Amino acid sequence: MAEKKKGWKELPLGGAIPGGGTSHAYVTGGWRTFRPVLDRKKCTNCMICWVFCPDSSVIFKDGKHQGFDLAHCKGCGICAEECPKKIQAITMVEETEFKNEGVCHAEG
Amino acid sequence: MPKGKVAGLTGNEAMAEAMRQIAPDVVAAYPITPSTQVVENFSQFVADGKVPTNFVTTESEHSAMSACIGAAAAGGRVMTATSSAGLALMWEMLYVASGLRLPIVMATVNRALSAPLNIHGDHSDSMGARDSGWIQLYGENAQEAYDNALMAFGIAEDPAVRLPVMCCYDGFTISHAIERVELLADDAAKKFVGAYKPLLPMLDIKHPVTYGAVDLQDYYTEHKRQQVEGMAGARGAILREAERYAKLTGRSYGHFATHRLEDAEVGVLSLSSSAGTMREVIDELREQGIRAGGLKLRVFRPFPAAELAAALGHLKVLAVLDRADSFGAFGGPVFHEVRSALYDAPQRPRVVNYIYGLGGRDLSLEEGRQLLRRVKTIADTGKVDSQYDYLQVRA
Repeated sequence: MAEKKKGWKELPLGGAIPGGGTSHAYVTGGWRTFRPVLDRKKCTNCMICWVFCPDSSVIFKDGKHQGFDLAHCKGCGICAEECPKKIQAITMVEETEFKNEGVCHAEG
Repeated sequence: MPKGKVAGLTGNEAMAEAMRQIAPDVVAAYPITPSTQVVENFSQFVADGKVPTNFVTTESEHSAMSACIGAAAAGGRVMTATSSAGLALMWEMLYVASGLRLPIVMATVNRALSAPLNIHGDHSDSMGARDSGWIQLYGENAQEAYDNALMAFGIAEDPAVRLPVMCCYDGFTISHAIERVELLADDAAKKFVGAYKPLLPMLDIKHPVTYGAVDLQDYYTEHKRQQVEGMAGARGAILREAERYAKLTGRSYGHFATHRLEDAEVGVLSLSSSAGTMREVIDELREQGIRAGGLKLRVFRPFPAAELAAALGHLKVLAVLDRADSFGAFGGPVFHEVRSALYDAPQRPRVVNYIYGLGGRDLSLEEGRQLLRRVKTIADTGKVDSQYDYLQVRA
């Protein structure tokens, strides 16, 4: 969908972007080649993956793992790496496995 | 208005006094000759509790300008000072300051750029920065250095401008020579400069804002076009601030000042300290019946092209003095723009260019006389021996 871009008279000066949290509007999930997949049966909700995720893409609600924000997850695999070895609730699966679903949606 | 005082000050001391009176929120600087004394004196004011400014000592000029940019984006009123290689090291950040539309004011004490190494005054530093998006004011003496600094924030912070300003003056000739300087009273200076209302300050946490985001093919052109508009707005702001300042001090400034130019046949255009020398020479030659006139350019950015064309069009010959060269071009930077400004004038003089005063070499009265006689010969014979030449160079 072609967005109507603002002209030079309408833009804030100096490329300043008013408003906060603008990174939420910018989808970076399309960079991903591997997607984290959570096995809920194994997950102990320890939140280690939540602590280590550099993109704040692990979603927790009421102390429960809700899955991943796939609009912003870049597929770095740190969550799977940091998930304790005896639990291994997260596996990285090639994005092509999900090609019919689209890349950028939240899971869970 | 309370009376100020008259003092014997160097150009750098006068600039430091202006900074004390302005009392910016932040001054970040790294000292370099010949601008060192500006921040040296100012840091003494800070240490003595005479000014509440947050003084940031950095490890390079690149960092100094970076700190200025951060402080200005946070919402502070910010100043610094530099020269020569220091300005060159700021290069990258000069564009950031103007591109982010931050109204920083800098004392630029003009000095040659290496090599060979030279610490004395010429314009190769600021002329090289002419396309960086900074407004450039050139002062002829310590008084003008002081006056320009007080007017600079009114220009820079104007909502129609929002661009940084360089207040340039010649290294050593002005920066280190003691002159009679009329200072405003502290409260009068403070009132003239006024309180600062920042635009989109980052420290206003109720209204978050992002600065310095990536800006690619989709918006970059629009932001550069906005900077052009800021420069256009500066023309009016420069004159308005000059008018306000004239009411306060009786000293009036424009884009340029002329000396016996109206009925002149031959003219000379220069910037900064050499303008005073040329005025003396013009007065002498007038006594000998030579109709000479002078123009001292105060504002180089934004370049007052139309005004210059109107003021200079009637001359037979105009000599443009450049205190910096543009190697590989045919003439210095001032020459190119002045001649281009005159190209569309209904009537235009022959324009010749002389490079002088490189690395701090003095322009003497005798050299000024020879120069104007040479220009007069061109006017009389219609023959230009060389359109672009070096003065004061040994064969």
